[in-house]
Amino acid sequence: MERTTQRMIEIPRDVMTDEELWQPGVLSCQGCGASLALKLALKGLGRRTVVVVPACCMSIIAGPYPYSASQVPFLHVPFETAAAGASGVRAALDIRGEEDVVVMAWAGDGGTFDIGLQALSGAAERNDDILYVCYDNEAYMNTGIQRSGATPAGAWTTTTPGEAVKEEPKKDIEKIMLSHGIPYMATASVAYPADIYTKFRKIRSIKGTKFIHILSPCPPGWQIDSADSIRVSRMATQAKVFPIYEVEDGRYTINVYPEREVTVKDYVKAQGRFRYITDDVVNAAQELADRKWEELTGMVE
Amino acid sequence: MRQLLKGNYAVAEGAKLCRVKVISAYPITPQTTIVERLSEICANGELDAKFIKVESEHSAMATLVGASSAGIRAFTATSSNGLLLMHEVLHWVAGARLPIVMSNVNRAVSGGWNIWADQTDSISQRDTGWLQIYCESSQEVLDSVIMAYRLAEKIMMPVMLTYDAFFLSHTTEVVDVPDIERVDEFLPPFQPEYKLDIDNPRMFGGLISPDYFYEHRYTIHKASLEALEYYPEVCREFRDIFGREYDITEEYRTDDAEVVVVTAGTITSVVRITVDKMREAGKKIGLMKLRVFRPVPIDRWRNVLGNVAKVVVIDRNLSPGLGGVFADEIQSALYPLENRPSIYPVVAGLGGRDVTPADIEGIINHALSSDDPAGAPLFWGLKQ
Repeated sequence: MERTTQRMIEIPRDVMTDEELWQPGVLSCQGCGASLALKLALKGLGRRTVVVVPACCMSIIAGPYPYSASQVPFLHVPFETAAAGASGVRAALDIRGEEDVVVMAWAGDGGTFDIGLQALSGAAERNDDILYVCYDNEAYMNTGIQRSGATPAGAWTTTTPGEAVKEEPKKDIEKIMLSHGIPYMATASVAYPADIYTKFRKIRSIKGTKFIHILSPCPPGWQIDSADSIRVSRMATQAKVFPIYEVEDGRYTINVYPEREVTVKDYVKAQGRFRYITDDVVNAAQELADRKWEELTGMVE
Repeated sequence: MRQLLKGNYAVAEGAKLCRVKVISAYPITPQTTIVERLSEICANGELDAKFIKVESEHSAMATLVGASSAGIRAFTATSSNGLLLMHEVLHWVAGARLPIVMSNVNRAVSGGWNIWADQTDSISQRDTGWLQIYCESSQEVLDSVIMAYRLAEKIMMPVMLTYDAFFLSHTTEVVDVPDIERVDEFLPPFQPEYKLDIDNPRMFGGLISPDYFYEHRYTIHKASLEALEYYPEVCREFRDIFGREYDITEEYRTDDAEVVVVTAGTITSVVRITVDKMREAGKKIGLMKLRVFRPVPIDRWRNVLGNVAKVVVIDRNLSPGLGGVFADEIQSALYPLENRPSIYPVVAGLGGRDVTPADIEGIINHALSSDDPAGAPLFWGLKQ
């Protein structure tokens, strides 16, 4: 039941705000997905938002003392505590009678898939009214490209060096989060900005734990030209490596259908980090992508 | 109102009287009954607070980082391994200048499980920036929660009050529970200068370059020392309202003492009665109880101990390769004095081993009969 047309989300011009809550001049690399994603997310969320950030690229990007790129309150917390910190802010804001303010944890894949998973699982199990966003650049990029639980098989990192690339496939964080029974889980990609905006607008009215997994390209980590970060991210979705979908109270919606035939092989060939990937790993990744896409389309009513 | 309370229940009463708004905690023996009691009073409406039942002590303290940064009075309780799991966040809380109050039940640190009294857990957090108050009775525990918030919110530093497992946590005593209106009189609502605020967005806890970090750390040190200056006022006002006085250290029969025993926690009570007994036998023995251990009340220690011939420091904690930590710090504090006393470091009662009046008498007699403290700790009661 493959579709070939992409259903792009239309946003009326009068809805998208001109207000920039994420200011220019930040310390991100060229072509960084994290900063772009946060800018779009804050556009969708608006001013009544508090951001909680653990150790990750964003700890640096946001600006060193005494600078701040954020026009909303911004709380840095230890590496593994994004969800716990957000739960604490939530409780305090509720006591202050500010139930409408969205508390958003904004963490990298290391802080989400690995070191922060326990606290995230705790918050999700309690269904605390927070939004948890993982901007996933698929390795520990802030410390200089070391493998994480989110690094795909076949990828080079400094801890899977040379030809000894990562053997294990990426952890399925989406299923982990869905297994908690949370009311909202979605994926997004900086290649589809209108979709990011729409999703962040939508979550304002959803109570409980929301989780959004954003594919966030990293030119130095992926070994791509910074000008190609959006193109490569789009290929990830077109190759069904990173489908864009959402699950609201168990109801699945696919937000982006691939518009043209892109294979996993095309996707990995576009990136230097997969220089030493073997055909077997590419084939396995293709099978995995096909199987997951089939599963996903099967979930859509 | 006078009530029969175990130490842990006294803590819960203290938190209630302080109208804490966010509690986040994880159960660990022997702190568990605090968590149970607080859950109960949050559920039945006795206390209007949110209790976040987290999945670990690390998250407990991290949750309070969020709550306290949003300007809400926050509380937690833990013990031993739980405290150690929090270690990273304890540093963070002090660095962020969050006036969180925590009670810690002093329990031995595992490996080799042991759930009994031992102060190595809190001692090992002495460099985190948290103020530390060691308590001797359930009454002192309850009162110290109230004093701790007053102190913490004035100097914007976190305070840990700590007391011995089982000897205090699970032992029932008569406790005077003050009226909450009196506590309101003593402890104003928490209104920090800066907090997470939509109308005044700021960044908290971001990157600090070498150009600023040194000064940042120094302000934390300075704030801790300010506690020494502010403490007498807290102590005086507390006495005026509640009729009980808790000085930064307590001196008992030290005026003409030739030997002063220094202790913290419940061993203090045993020493107090032993001092009385030995005084009756004509021996000039005194006691200095350590209450505030961080910041170090160095001038007070020097004033009390500076002219004493012999000082016996009993440590229910051990820094392997060094000895007892209280003894180490007392020695450092007294070293610059010209007529510094001989220090007799003693390690005793680790892992809940009982320290009886007979033990204390033996320890003091050892100091009385020895003219050579040698510097190495005496491991009292160690089985051969």
